[in-house]
Amino acid sequence: MRNKLSWFAVPYVVWMALFTVAPVVMVVIYAFTTSTGGFTLDNFARMGDFAVVFARSFQMALIATLICLLIGYPLSYFMAKEGPSFQKVATVLIMLPMWMNFLLRTYAWVSILENNGLLNRLFAAIGIIDLGNLINGGLNSLCAWLNSGVLDWLNGMLGTEFVLNTARATDMTYFRMLYTQGAVVLGMVYNYLPFMVLPIYSVIVKLDNSLLEAARDLGASSSRVFRKVIFPLSLPGVLSGVTMVFVPSVSTFAISKMLGGGTKLLLGDLIELQFLGGAYNPYLGSAISLVMMVIVVVCMYVMNRFGEGEEQAVML
Amino acid sequence: MNLGSRPGVLGRVFTALVFLFLYLPIFLLIIFSFNAGSSSAVWQGFSLRWYEELFQDRLIINGVYTTLVVSLLATAIATVAGTFAAIGFYNMRRRWREPLLVVNNIPMINADIVTGVSLCLFFVASFGAWNGFVTWMENTYRLTAPRLELGFVTLLIAHVSFNIPYVVLAIMPKLRQMDKNLIDAAQDLGCTWMQAFWKVVVPEIKPGIVNGMLIAFTMSVDDFVISYFTAGPKTSTLAMVIYSMTKKRVNPKINAVSTLLFGAVLLLLIIVNVRQVRQEKAAKRK
Repeated sequence: MRNKLSWFAVPYVVWMALFTVAPVVMVVIYAFTTSTGGFTLDNFARMGDFAVVFARSFQMALIATLICLLIGYPLSYFMAKEGPSFQKVATVLIMLPMWMNFLLRTYAWVSILENNGLLNRLFAAIGIIDLGNLINGGLNSLCAWLNSGVLDWLNGMLGTEFVLNTARATDMTYFRMLYTQGAVVLGMVYNYLPFMVLPIYSVIVKLDNSLLEAARDLGASSSRVFRKVIFPLSLPGVLSGVTMVFVPSVSTFAISKMLGGGTKLLLGDLIELQFLGGAYNPYLGSAISLVMMVIVVVCMYVMNRFGEGEEQAVML
Repeated sequence: MNLGSRPGVLGRVFTALVFLFLYLPIFLLIIFSFNAGSSSAVWQGFSLRWYEELFQDRLIINGVYTTLVVSLLATAIATVAGTFAAIGFYNMRRRWREPLLVVNNIPMINADIVTGVSLCLFFVASFGAWNGFVTWMENTYRLTAPRLELGFVTLLIAHVSFNIPYVVLAIMPKLRQMDKNLIDAAQDLGCTWMQAFWKVVVPEIKPGIVNGMLIAFTMSVDDFVISYFTAGPKTSTLAMVIYSMTKKRVNPKINAVSTLLFGAVLLLLIIVNVRQVRQEKAAKRK
């Protein structure tokens, strides 16, 4: 019986060989070949030209992950402290936005962050933009005063030519928020926050009660219980949340295009350009994809070392 | 679990603010789908104008149609294939099963863009070779065969490929929970192994199958990145249409699409929950 049933997997094994393994092998092969078919490491060497893109992608993904953690951890903790019916509703509310396409969720922010969008109108209405102009004006005159006074004297002493900027805009009618890097990070946080909350929450909520009671019985204060028991035990959830936010953030291309305006490229944009964009070069694109795969494998490896977290990560 | 006292006022305010952050953009999107003007910031009165335009937009309607067809087909294929695959894996020797499950996990672990790009590369390269072969045959033997290109079929293959791993993963735990003696018992009582499969194994793992099917369907409907790289220039799913529309900054038709989708998701959620509550009540009565 057992042996016969194991043949059921054969069609899927063939399918995997064709459509999972072969494409990955192809990416690896392309990464090491020239357009004429010879072996090369040039594709990796050329990545040096894009070091800025790599650095920017990593920086933005790390910032987004950190913000998600700073929001997600306390949220999961507070959720786990509430009553059971609240917890049920809250988990559904966290998951509900994930069922709307991320393009639509990202688009929602376009109309909020636009130059004449909702947020700028709100800022104008409550006078924040006027306040900004006022502050800029104040800074301008302060800098002008420093330039003519202290700095003049200092430059005279040292023979340098330090000058402070006095040309801050004082006639702003809006803040430029859309098409900035901040907007892209905001988009990442907004889209991937649930990926941080759910694994952390599911770990905290399953903590062994007797451990907490033991800690309290032994005289630990509640902050000490948190530091010495709850937080260390919730680390697998944190790690799986960090991976689940970092990987899609570092590989996104739609969010950076919609909220970043597509001028400051991220890794995802770079790959997309090599395959579908104007800079058609699947060899370079494959090399970058290979680097991305290595990043993911490293993330997974680190996570698996901590055990427990992996199952939740896969199930979500 | 008992974490001690309930959160204080500050904790509750924080929770409320995060939920506000999650939902305010969506609600604004919904509100402005009913706006008479074309702005997403100034309210100019209630109208259903954008919904009318939405239903007359051939691109969107085609996108919805493609999405539904591809998702339903991919879900059906993936559910059947995944069920068989999971049963096969479960009955394999460990030394075969472990590496195969690792390969099974590749599409789930990889970033979407890498999965999409690798499939795109694979299709383009193998179709290129095939089309070259067809040209050569035409020139030398006057034989012809259809040329292949990216389109609906490659889109479907891609969707099936990233759906099956989720189905397998949803079914495996149910197989592990199943009492192994059940199959032997069925055979002892005179079942052939095919009957044992249909009458014993499938009913036992049915919740896993349904679960996997639902996950596969939501994944398919929601996917953008992998479709984007495998659909070719002529086929577009709804997500791809939306992506091309968002290049024009504000377009209230997108708001209308969002509202309809949000409504559909909410409705689905309510139905599922009501069913759950009813089942629990029925179970209690028994």
